[in-house]
Formats: sequence, structure tokens, C-alpha cells
Amino acid sequence: MSAKHAVTSLVLAGALSTALATLAAAGPLTKAEGEAAVAAKKEKCFGVALKGQNDCAAGPGTTCQGTSTIDFQGNAWKFVQGGTCTSIELPGGKKGSLKPV
Amino acid sequence: MRPEAGLCFAASFAPALLDPARGTPEVVTGPHGKGASRRYDVYRNNVTVSLIDALAAVYPAVQRITGAEFFRAMARFHVRSNPPTSPLLFEYGHSFPQFIEAYEHAQTMPWLADVARIERAWLDGYHARDAAPLSAASLSSIAPERLAEIVLTPHPAMRIVRSPFAALTIFAANRDEAPSARIDASIAEDALITRPDFEVAVRHLPPGGAVFACCLASGQPLGEAAGAALEAAADFDIATNIAGLIAAGAFTSHALGDAR
Repeated sequence: MSAKHAVTSLVLAGALSTALATLAAAGPLTKAEGEAAVAAKKEKCFGVALKGQNDCAAGPGTTCQGTSTIDFQGNAWKFVQGGTCTSIELPGGKKGSLKPV
Repeated sequence: MRPEAGLCFAASFAPALLDPARGTPEVVTGPHGKGASRRYDVYRNNVTVSLIDALAAVYPAVQRITGAEFFRAMARFHVRSNPPTSPLLFEYGHSFPQFIEAYEHAQTMPWLADVARIERAWLDGYHARDAAPLSAASLSSIAPERLAEIVLTPHPAMRIVRSPFAALTIFAANRDEAPSARIDASIAEDALITRPDFEVAVRHLPPGGAVFACCLASGQPLGEAAGAALEAAADFDIATNIAGLIAAGAFTSHALGDAR
């Protein structure tokens, strides 16, 4: 994709100095302040930031899983959505159905 | 057992593991040539359960949204039609978002596949190679008249997920245990995933931000990327987006591109 109207260096120079000023305003003086600023920037810049969470952060597969759960045969398929999906709405009043589809 | 013999055994042992329609392989026998179907079923179960558990570990928000039973049934279908192609289990499930998109019983949740894409990007970002993010100081050293020409190298962990739905809000509300409030799924959202140091961070991108970041990541010069972003969103703010991308650690270095 090539832009029809590339932004000029002159405009960019102005934007960059504003950007650098924004970043410098949160600039650290000491290591502790630096860490605090980094943590704070994650929260306040660029909309909502959040730390990712995953109980199994290093990825699954490090333990011998599954020895006590019988999940192979599963002939009685479960199609009923039972989680938080009912709180998520789409226009027209549609939302996750609690009934089998 | 010689290596070739091992491969041969695996070739007859493995195919039925994920296919309940197949019987126990003939190579599996008990003492005195007796059948060993129940023993083989232990393997079937462990393979299936471990892959479903792997998907549940990679896609915890999807599981919370659908509930565990629905999730496990959906995951089981996926596991059977998409067996692992890598011995690294954290690489398993790249095709799960696509599978969800087509899954008949998930059609009432059209945003679910994009939530899964964000979760996948989170884990890929987590495992990506380490790299020092671009510093603000290094950008200030560029001659102002050359700024439009610079190209940036994306950080290995940087990912962008664009959704016509509120996939990021839904993701965020379901990655912890807090009760989730009502969410209007109809608001389009763009997510930026980065890992400047050890923690993955997920951010909302402002209007035009995804186009800007994608253009830069694909090697377009800064001037063109900003132009494309302005075409995509008239209220695109260059300064906010440059500051945001630097703060997020989305890029690692800059260079002067070919003069255009």
C-alpha cells in the first residue's frame, strides 16, 4: 500500500518533537523513578494498557497432563455456551445464546 | 529396536490416536497375543486431553467466554482435524482462531475468533526473541529533513490484531477472574501487542494507529506510513502515535530508507 500523500519531513519533525517532549515529560531521573515511569506509561499512554495474564505463561506441556481426565470418547457433545458470553452484546439485541444452536 | 523399526511402529501406532473411528492398531498386543484396546485407549485419552489442555492454556479468555464444556467440545473437534505439526507444544493451536471462525456452534459469537487471535499474539509475543526497543533519544539524532525517509525495524514481539468487533475489550475482561460487565461488541478495535522487556503488554490503538504501525512494520518510510494513516483516519495524530509506539516498544531501530 503506497500513500497518495506522504507526510513531509517538516510536518514529521514537528510531530516528533511533540512526541519526544511527551516521552521526556515522563522521563526518569533515578532508576526507581525510571521503573515507576515505565510502569506508569504502560497504563496511561496510548489508551488502556494491560499486563497480559496467563497462568501457564511459559506455554503448556511441561507436565504430564490429562492422566486423570477422560476426554477422549465424549459422545455427548456439549454445545451450550456457559461462560461470560451472555454479557457481550451485539446490535439488534443479539447476544451469546444459552441454548444449543 | 533399530531406528527404522521404531519409525515403522510409530507409523502404525499413531494414526488411530486422534481418530475414534479406527480400531486399536494390530501392532498393539498384550501378553500371549491378547488384544490391548484398553491400554491403547489410555494413549488416545492422554493425547487428546493434553492437546485440549494446551489449547485451554493458550486461549484462557476464549474458554472463560464459552464455558469449559463448550470450549472442550470445540477444542476436541479442532484437535482431531488439526494434529500438531511441531513437537513444541506452545506452538500448537495457531489455526484455532480460524477454526473458531468457521465453527458452526460459535457463529453467535462472531468476535470470538478475534479474541483468540489476540490470545495467540500474546503467547507469540511472550516467546519472541528478546530485543532492546528503540529509544526516544536515538530518534532525536535524525536530521529533521530526512525524517520522512526513515524506516523502522519492528520488535520481534510486536503484533497487531485488527477487529471489526470489541475483541480487545472482551479479551481484557476475560483474562482475569473479575466479573465482566456488559460489553458492546459492535465497536471496532485494534490491538497492539508488545513485550519491551519481560512482560507482554496489550494496548488499544487509536484511529489510524494500526495502519500506521502496520505500514511501518512492513518497511514503509515514516512519511508514507503517516500519509496512509491520515487517509485511513482523518483525525490520526502523528505525535501521539509516534510517542505511543516508542513507549510500547514496538520497534527496535531506525535506518534511512531509499531516497524517494
